Amino acid sequence: MSNNPLRFFLTGAVLLMLAHSGMSWGDLVVAEATMPAPARQAELLNLARQDCGSCHGLRFEGGLGVPLTPAALKEKPFEALRATILYGRNGTTMPPWNPFLTEAEAGWLVQMLLKGLP
Amino acid sequence: MRYLKVLLLLLALFSMAGCATAPQRGTGDFGVVIERATGSIQVVETTNRTLLGQITGLGDLSHASLNYSRDARYAYVFGRDGGLTKVDMLEMRIVKRVMQSGNSIGGAISQDGKLIAAANYTPGGVKFFDAETLDLVAEIPAIDETGKSSKVIGLVDVPGNRFAFSLFEAGEIWVADMRTPSRPALTKFRRIGKEPYDAMITADGRYYLAGLFGEDGLALLDMWNIDAGVKRVLDGYGKGEQKLPVYKMPHLEGWAATGSELLVPAVGRHEVLVIDQGKWAEVGRIPVHGQPVFVVARPDNRQVWVNFAFPHNDTIQVIDVPSRTIVKTLKPGKAVMHMEFTPRGEHIWVSARDEDRVGIYDAETFERIGELPASKPSGIFFTHRAHRTGL
Repeated sequence: MSNNPLRFFLTGAVLLMLAHSGMSWGDLVVAEATMPAPARQAELLNLARQDCGSCHGLRFEGGLGVPLTPAALKEKPFEALRATILYGRNGTTMPPWNPFLTEAEAGWLVQMLLKGLP
Repeated sequence: MRYLKVLLLLLALFSMAGCATAPQRGTGDFGVVIERATGSIQVVETTNRTLLGQITGLGDLSHASLNYSRDARYAYVFGRDGGLTKVDMLEMRIVKRVMQSGNSIGGAISQDGKLIAAANYTPGGVKFFDAETLDLVAEIPAIDETGKSSKVIGLVDVPGNRFAFSLFEAGEIWVADMRTPSRPALTKFRRIGKEPYDAMITADGRYYLAGLFGEDGLALLDMWNIDAGVKRVLDGYGKGEQKLPVYKMPHLEGWAATGSELLVPAVGRHEVLVIDQGKWAEVGRIPVHGQPVFVVARPDNRQVWVNFAFPHNDTIQVIDVPSRTIVKTLKPGKAVMHMEFTPRGEHIWVSARDEDRVGIYDAETFERIGELPASKPSGIFFTHRAHRTGL
């Protein structure tokens, strides 16, 4: 396997990409598994910015909903954040978004929020 | 010599023209369109339906709202980020801008036009500013009897230079008498219901109504009989039924008061509720396309236009009030945010956020008569609001 030249070349290319993008192996593995298609990414980002922004603020600094800035979220477990998006929070105004988002898409949104939305 | 005279005359004319910085023009047909994502506003006019100018640098304008000065020359724009900006619509510039809190939801202007009040989430409370200078005049922290801070919602002006507002977490309605601006006199009504999310005052300034998110019902305060206290109306209108998830909070500012009846959005339901304004009882329900956000009456009160929460926000429905039936369903585009009638109601302007445009419709024939490009438009506000209580 290791002497397969194509594989060797691809590994090198990926490592080079990582070195230049500031991403880690972990990011890449998650990203490969959950990355929505580019058109869907644009939709999801618009949904996050505009529709989540209605309650959480366009800059995610909070409103009726809590702040969603990277600083506000960094202590919270990934799973809990994804579950909040998908299933809402009982007893609060946060609704469940699972009719409109897959688990993978919600996970991707959490990642984007943790990094700071572009 | 004659040439010299002509030259001097011309010179005088030019220099006079140079002095006029603002055009001589009334503002009764002016309006503002909020461009929420870019932190800018468009100043428009509704006679020829054109853009007059754009003003930038207003901060985070998600959920932005505004009030007009009583001469309808200035707009006071409240941004989500706590920014309060005074805009001169004739000179097309920002006169003054203050960061008055960390997080704001909206504001109101006093009956006499001298005070601007801002409703804040962080820290929760109301701040009052001099309308001329935007200097801070007074401050009311929204601290309940247990010492906890609440978000302030549903801030409106009340005749008698008073203001009314509600406390989301505490479930209270407060009335502030501002006749002596430096010394607000407060009347507090406790335990009015769970989580008032927005409120409105009827156009005559008599009834203050807060919608409750935490329970199905409304809290009513009669300003003519304030000692009678807050009364619950429409208690449990969805009793025994599962409320749908709410993807956008209804707005009550546009609640349609059609004289004897009030049409209001039902929280978490695909219905508009009809309330008899004499008995304060539900007298009908109108099934609609989605969860209503704004329910806005045409100025003649004959028809009511309704837009909807995500994911039904590409649609508007028009209700005929006498028959309580839907007479028109429109698809103005993706993410319809707001609707505003021209002062006498011949046209209606509709913002479609994800289409980056404002559509203009004939309010009688429903024909689309024009559109203006705008970047992620949300609120549309015409200057006739300057002379209406509660707007």
